[in-house]
Parts: sequence; C-alpha cells; structure tokens
Amino acid sequence: MSPEKRIKILIAKPGLDGHDRGAKVLARSLMEAGFDVIYTGIRQTPEKIVKAAIQEDVDVVGLSVLSGAHMYHFKEVIKLLKKYGASDKLVIGGGIIPEKDKKKLEKIGVAAVFGPGTNIKKIVEFIKNKVKRN
Amino acid sequence: MSIYKKKYERWYKEKVLKNPIPEKSEFYTSSGIKVKTVYVPSDVKGKYFDKIGFPGEYPFTRGIHPTMYRSRLWTIREFSGLGDAFMTNKRLKYLIEHGETGLSIAFDYPTLLGIDSDDPLARGEVGKAGVAISTLEDMKTMLDGINLADISTSMTINGPAAIIWGFYIVTAEINGVSPSSLRGTIQNDILKEYMAQKSFIFPPEPSLKLVIDTFEYGSKYLPQWNPISISGYHIREAGATAVQELAFTLANGLTYVEEAVKRGLDVDDFAPRLSFFFDSSMDFFEEIAKFRAARRIWSKEMKRRFKPKKERSLWLRFHTQTSGVSLTAQQPENNIIRTTIEALAAVLGGTQSLHTNSYDEAYGLPTEKAAMIALRTQEIIAYESNVINAVDPLGGSYYLEWLTDQMEEKVYEYFDKIESMGGVLESIKKGFFQKEIAESAYRLQKEIEEGKRVLVGVNKYVIKEEPEIKVLKIPEYVETRQIRRVKEYKKNRDMSKVESSLNKLRAKANEENLMPYIIDAIKNKATLGEIVNALKEVWGEYVEPIII
Repeated sequence: MSPEKRIKILIAKPGLDGHDRGAKVLARSLMEAGFDVIYTGIRQTPEKIVKAAIQEDVDVVGLSVLSGAHMYHFKEVIKLLKKYGASDKLVIGGGIIPEKDKKKLEKIGVAAVFGPGTNIKKIVEFIKNKVKRN
Repeated sequence: MSIYKKKYERWYKEKVLKNPIPEKSEFYTSSGIKVKTVYVPSDVKGKYFDKIGFPGEYPFTRGIHPTMYRSRLWTIREFSGLGDAFMTNKRLKYLIEHGETGLSIAFDYPTLLGIDSDDPLARGEVGKAGVAISTLEDMKTMLDGINLADISTSMTINGPAAIIWGFYIVTAEINGVSPSSLRGTIQNDILKEYMAQKSFIFPPEPSLKLVIDTFEYGSKYLPQWNPISISGYHIREAGATAVQELAFTLANGLTYVEEAVKRGLDVDDFAPRLSFFFDSSMDFFEEIAKFRAARRIWSKEMKRRFKPKKERSLWLRFHTQTSGVSLTAQQPENNIIRTTIEALAAVLGGTQSLHTNSYDEAYGLPTEKAAMIALRTQEIIAYESNVINAVDPLGGSYYLEWLTDQMEEKVYEYFDKIESMGGVLESIKKGFFQKEIAESAYRLQKEIEEGKRVLVGVNKYVIKEEPEIKVLKIPEYVETRQIRRVKEYKKNRDMSKVESSLNKLRAKANEENLMPYIIDAIKNKATLGEIVNALKEVWGEYVEPIII
C-alpha cells in the first residue's frame, strides 16, 4: 500500500428513515476534503452495510440515523463488524441522538457521534487523526 | 420614469452612497434574492385590484377568507405520535385537554413504509419516531375515547395513506360516526416523497393512481375530508430554498389536478378539498411573501388551466409547521425564540393551521414540557399580540409586495424548466429536484461553515458547557409489546377471508378504485403490511437513483 493511498469512507443510512440531507452533505464535504467516499443510499440493513464496508475495504464507516433507532442499528453494525473480523474499521455516527445515548454508543465501540450543528472540519480532523497510515 | 424612482435615485446618491457609515455588505434573502436598502411605491408593479385586492377575493393574495382570524383563529395542531397506540392515545388526550383544536398524528417508520411491527425489517424502529399502527385494533386503541365527529385529524402518512385512512374510516364506523361527518387530512402527497423525505413504496405511476383513487372516494363519501396535503415542508427541510419549496410544491399540486381531471373527475368535486402544507423558517419577510405568493399563483393557475366554476376551487388552504432544521442542538432553549418568529410569519402569512416545534427536537421527540411551551407559543401569539386584529396587516408594505412579486416570478421560472423537461414525473426520473435540493443543502452548509450565515450558538456566541436537557425516551418494552399485539391479531382471524380480500385487491389494482377493496380487506382483518405487500406484488417497489 502506498503511503499516498487516500482514506476511504463509507457513509451509510441504516434503517428506514429517509432523512438523507446530513448524510449527503457530509459525503460531499468529505469528498471535497480529499477522502474517497462511497454513499450507500437510504434503507440499508446493518448486514448490507457491513458487507459493503468489507468489500470496498473502507477505513471508516459513517452511520446516519434520524429515526431514533440508532441504538439498535449502531449496535448491529458493531456486532457484525466483529463477527466478520473487521473491527479495525473506524465507526462514527450522526443524527438525532441524545447525549446519554452518545455515551452508551461510545462504550460499545462507536469512535464518535457528531450531532446537529457539528462543523464538518471537526469530522475531517477527527478522521485524519484516527486513521493513521503506515 | 416615475416620480418615486427619480426621487429614490436622488436619495440613494445623496444619502446612501455618501453615508458616513457605509452599508456592511450586500443583503440577500435566504433564497438568494438581492434586497435593496429601502422600497418605494414604484417597486410594486401592476394594479392593486388585480394583484392584491381584498381578502376572500381573487387572487386571494391577502387571504382566502374575508375576515380571517377575526372570525376564526387558525387551528392549533400539534404533530404528535410516539410509541404504541396506548402511549399516543394518552398524549392526544393531554393535548386536547390543554387547548389543542385538531389532532395531528406522526407515525413510526415501519408504518410510514407499510411494514408491520412484527416484520424483521421493523426491528429497532417500532414506535421510535411516531406511533406504530399495523392493524385496525391499533387504530381503535389510539383513538379510544376521542369523539371523531367533533375533532379533525391530520395524519402524516404517504405511501400507505389509503390504507391508514381506511383504518380511520372503519374505526369511525365502529364508533357510530358516519364517514360523511369525518373531518381531517391525510398527507398522501407521494410526489414529494420522491423529491424529499423518501418514504415512497411503489413506483410513481401506480402511486399516483392510488392518490387519485382517494380523491374520487373522498369526493363521494367523505366530503369534509382533505384527501391530500400537498407538502413543501419536507422539500424545504431537505435543503430547498423558499423559492424551490414553493415552486416544486405548486408544480406537484397542478400535477395531481391534471391526473384527476384526466381520470374524468370534475375539478369542482375535488379541488375545494385540496390542502397544502408549508414550512416556516427564519427569513421572516420571505416566508410571509411565500405564503402570499402561493395563494396568488395557485388561484391564477387553477383558473387558467382548469376553469373551475366554484370559487373554493381556487383557494389555497394551508397548514404550516415551523422549521425543524432551523432548531439547534446547541443552547436548545434558544429554539423557543426561533419557533416564535417562524410561527408569527405563518400567522401573518394567513395560515389555516399551525404546528410549532418543541425546543428539544434536535435531540428527540418532545417531552411533555417542551410540547406545552410550543402550544403556549401559539396561544400567546393568538391572544396577546393583537396581530390578528387586521387581515393581512403587512399587505401594502412596499418591501413585502415586491418580495411577493419576486417569489412569483422565480416560481414561474421553475415551472418553465419543469415543463421543458416533460413535467413533474419526468423531472423526478431525471433526478432534477433531488439535484436542486442537494445543491441548496450543500451550499447552505458551506455558508454556515464559512460563517457567512450566522447561527447563534452554533457558529457565533458559542458556549463551552452545554446544559443537559431532558429527553424523551421510548422504552424498549414498547416494541416487544407492539409485536405481541400484532402477532395476536394475526392469530385471531379467518385466514381464508383475509386471503380472498387480498386476492380481489390484487386483481383490481390497475383497474378500479381501490378504496372499497382496501376497506373490505381491513374489515376482514388484513394488516397494513399484508395489504401493502399484496400491492407490491402487482406494482413492484421503487428504488431511487442515488444523487449526492
């Protein structure tokens, strides 16, 4: 792997909600920031997302949920990543997520949860710091 | 050159350009319309009686009723729905007790997509973003103890709207209330689902057929019901500007009317029951101009294209919701102020009903306290501010009239564009709306990141320590309880009756008005998911092109 290889990110929308504004704006902003970005589209199951993450060999999985079903879907994704031996991928999340849930999610292996109003630069910095290439 | 223009230019040269404190920058509305320093009579083109006139008279710029809130206040309609039918029943009764005058039901995602609570696809989502309704029993429980002859009910449901409406109609019948006395609205605006919100199920053509079925059925049996709420709200919240919201919504509305007329319906039989739903966001004057322009454009286009005989067919009646996207997670109490400004714009724009958001909605569904403040916001505007005293009190403001004209002009530019692409359906397939909305959303985000657009508490006047706020949580047992209820419902019925009613539905899907077949299936205890799946077998499912 050449050191110049760009960081690859999967932006995914697990579950049934169609609020894709945040996911799409973020996907586009991360592209502009120099990452390779794949956007899954809406209504993805955790199974499909994890398979795509492995197939595409991404470094980061970004999950967006605005339906209140984040606890279920995030947990499923983390569980399946473990099951398929892909726990090394950085999982981040966003959406309408209460503070208490953020802490719970961070405990089970979500690296960070970014709520409404987050400056995208902060997300870019976070990813660059966490995904170090050798 | 008019005297006003001449004098304006003189004033601009002598006063503005030589002002020791120069103007800070150029000023734009949130849709990007450039705003001058001040407006004078010559900025308002055309004749007063053609364009502005009186409330309750064509072109209805000033309102659809001659006396507006002097005769009847807008309906205070707070959107609510949470957990299962039991929890929502309790919340609805709470709101009625505290002065709400119309119900407005939010459904959870499985219900919005026609998926039963016990379906594996519903895992984790049951009751989270609204109430779970899979069966007739769920609907009966949700409405238990509420007199459906007395209250109007708005239901935010689109893909499976006809079926949820069927549940409501059958529930009313069981309670001894005849369909003809039912009042309310189903959102049922499928076109905007392909543009924004994305709770579509079937492909556009059969979906549109089902919508027209409800128009036809409603005009015969539920003459007081609005079979559609043509919605700009979701288009706006997905990122569109006020101009795009208005243009796309009205284009959708005209498409429905065209389809219904093509079916052979008399425009005067259904047009008076069409209703609209707009967003009210933070650009105060632009929002008011949008509402006024909406009424004018709709009445003009209805008259020109469909030549109705009834004046009511020209009315654009609308519900407004304050903007959810404008609320911030940072310093959430500030959202009470934002919502107040937005609500005031809706009232000054002549809305027929209003939902005010709760300050905690950037975190989750509203708590009881937050929902109460939202309700009180409307009551304070209605009873303390005296803004209701005169009809269209801002009409005649040179700025507002000019801005209303600007909105109208820009909407017609979009109409031309959509028409040149072959109409709304074709433009959806080409991804035109989706691209326009995504582009606006991205531009807006950039402006916020660059500080060009100020959001107090987000990119200016930020505080380090955010206060913790109380958040409503739907307990996990709700999903388990709801799944059990649906499974039990499915056990206690005659399957041969369910099957035969679904078979009839499949057979008639493309041929007849489906409402009677849907109601028959419901009475035979078919569930929401079963009815939707039967139609999926005939019509297939829609998969959207991915556009970033």
